[in-house]
Amino acid sequence: MSWLLALPILFPFCTAALSLLTRNSRWSARISVAGSVISLILACLLVGTVMREGVIATQMSTWAAPFGITLVADYLGAAMVLITAIIGLATAIWALAEIDDDTARMGWHGVYQTLLGGVTGAFLTGDIFNLYVWFEVLLISSFGLLIMGGRKEAIDGAVKYVTLNLISTVLFLCAAGLLYGATGTLNMADLRQAVADHPDQGLMTAIAMMFMIGFGLKAGVFPLFFWLPASYHTPHYAVSAVFAGLLTKVGVYALIRVFTLIFVGDQGFTHQILLWVALATMLTGVLGAAAQSDFRKILSFHIISQIGYMILGLALMTPLAVMGAIFYLIHHIIVKSNLFLIAGVSRRLTGSSDLYAIGGLYRAAPLLSVLFMIPAFSLAGFPPLSGFWAKYVLVQASLELEAALVAGIALLVGLLTIYSMTKIWAEAFWKGHPQGIEPALATISPRIRWLMLSPVIALAVMTVIIGLYPAPFLDYATTAAQQLLEPTDYVQTVLREAVK
Amino acid sequence: METVLALLSGFLVAAAVWLMLSGNLLRFLFGLLLLSNAVNIAIFSAGRLTPGTPPFLGDKGALPDAVMANSLPQALLLTAIVIGFGLFAFSLALTIRAYRSFHHLDVDQMRLAEPKEDA
Repeated sequence: MSWLLALPILFPFCTAALSLLTRNSRWSARISVAGSVISLILACLLVGTVMREGVIATQMSTWAAPFGITLVADYLGAAMVLITAIIGLATAIWALAEIDDDTARMGWHGVYQTLLGGVTGAFLTGDIFNLYVWFEVLLISSFGLLIMGGRKEAIDGAVKYVTLNLISTVLFLCAAGLLYGATGTLNMADLRQAVADHPDQGLMTAIAMMFMIGFGLKAGVFPLFFWLPASYHTPHYAVSAVFAGLLTKVGVYALIRVFTLIFVGDQGFTHQILLWVALATMLTGVLGAAAQSDFRKILSFHIISQIGYMILGLALMTPLAVMGAIFYLIHHIIVKSNLFLIAGVSRRLTGSSDLYAIGGLYRAAPLLSVLFMIPAFSLAGFPPLSGFWAKYVLVQASLELEAALVAGIALLVGLLTIYSMTKIWAEAFWKGHPQGIEPALATISPRIRWLMLSPVIALAVMTVIIGLYPAPFLDYATTAAQQLLEPTDYVQTVLREAVK
Repeated sequence: METVLALLSGFLVAAAVWLMLSGNLLRFLFGLLLLSNAVNIAIFSAGRLTPGTPPFLGDKGALPDAVMANSLPQALLLTAIVIGFGLFAFSLALTIRAYRSFHHLDVDQMRLAEPKEDA
């Protein structure tokens, strides 16, 4: 079983190495796409195996847990690996249309694959220090991708992104070190019992708060999100799309993992803080978006607001709420990456991302308008798209707990999301172009046009499928939530592997 | 000895915060360097300081009679030092790039990505 867990991590790095060794920019891009296809197949195999056999785990170099590094995939981890591979492939194809030869020769495609490898590693590891290492891998690749455009804005954005993310990393490292000092283990399954048995629970809660701040900074929660709107609108659109889809979600995943598996001793304190943080994140994100007038800046602020929903599900900690958070996570990655890709197509057609300087897309590019409407309405939570079910489950979960205020805020934020999406619609699509330009899709060469549109169409189709047939996805998320809230299976699988 | 290391770590954090709040990008980076070293020291002492007890097992893997040093924290912080070094090198290169682009390192004046509304 070990190869099935190790290959999804190793493969992107092999692709990256091959891609970087190729001096030819065309070939390095082709290798990246081919590698992404194989990564997707591997991820499908992994999800299939996890659905058949439950939690699977393996020990690297046959060092038994809890001493060696464990790779483990439960329902949540496997789903995240699959979604990473899907977004990875979609963006790799889209990047063929955007990344020019000069950038490709700098090694863009290789660094991109390293990023995907780092993200996958973070989803599969069962060791908290190893998680730190994967965070670093994805962080350093994201730094590279961020500045490769070389525009002044990108350097400015990168300064804020790099510095704040480094602080978060140092905090995370310190928390992991202190946790090791207190409990003597780094294996996450082993930590669950070790933390629960520790005589000084106050100390454990203090360490938990350090993790919360470290991961919260990565996830972009209130009040730690300032690096995100400062940087996400500056790099290439392909980079924005993959960052928007995956990077903050790694932080959310880490929060979910740590606060369902390890730090569950003082939920009245930790999860109460998470609840307030979630509500503040939802509101500030959506209000920040309302004040923006740039396509990508609006979308960036909406990432923050949507992160709030996921943290909300975690904070409520009921099976239904955690299920909602997982479903939200998966739906959101698809929708958000897609919106950034659409923003890229729109930029290509109109030559700007400032909403007041563009327009006329509805008349000139009706196909793109339809493609924008699907993820935009899904983000706002219109039935029958995927976002409706995600919001529905979370609102229902809060009503079950008789938290009317929470449900009210969740609905209000959904309403305000429509405001921002309507703004993009009215400015970019509905009104005429200020300079009377007709930005038709036919103005792009057919090859570039289909490289750009096919990933967008594929992701939009996925949104519609999840919306129309939500049952299998909701069932999957329900099982994932059960595994998180009752992690005996997870713990036993990891530690039983140790005995063998 | 632990007390000394704890105080040293705390002092480094204090110095780091002071440097990082100064508003100059280069000072910020030096602060970050101090901060990561403070954390390295914290991890080092978290592994318990046991001088004079080598981390060696006896014959056929037998445990030693008395205390045995824990070498894992040192492996951890070695990893952390290497990673931190790489990130610091990148940040310095980014700083040079930022200086060439903006001709200053005052982070409050770096508003290119988020221009003021009325400017």
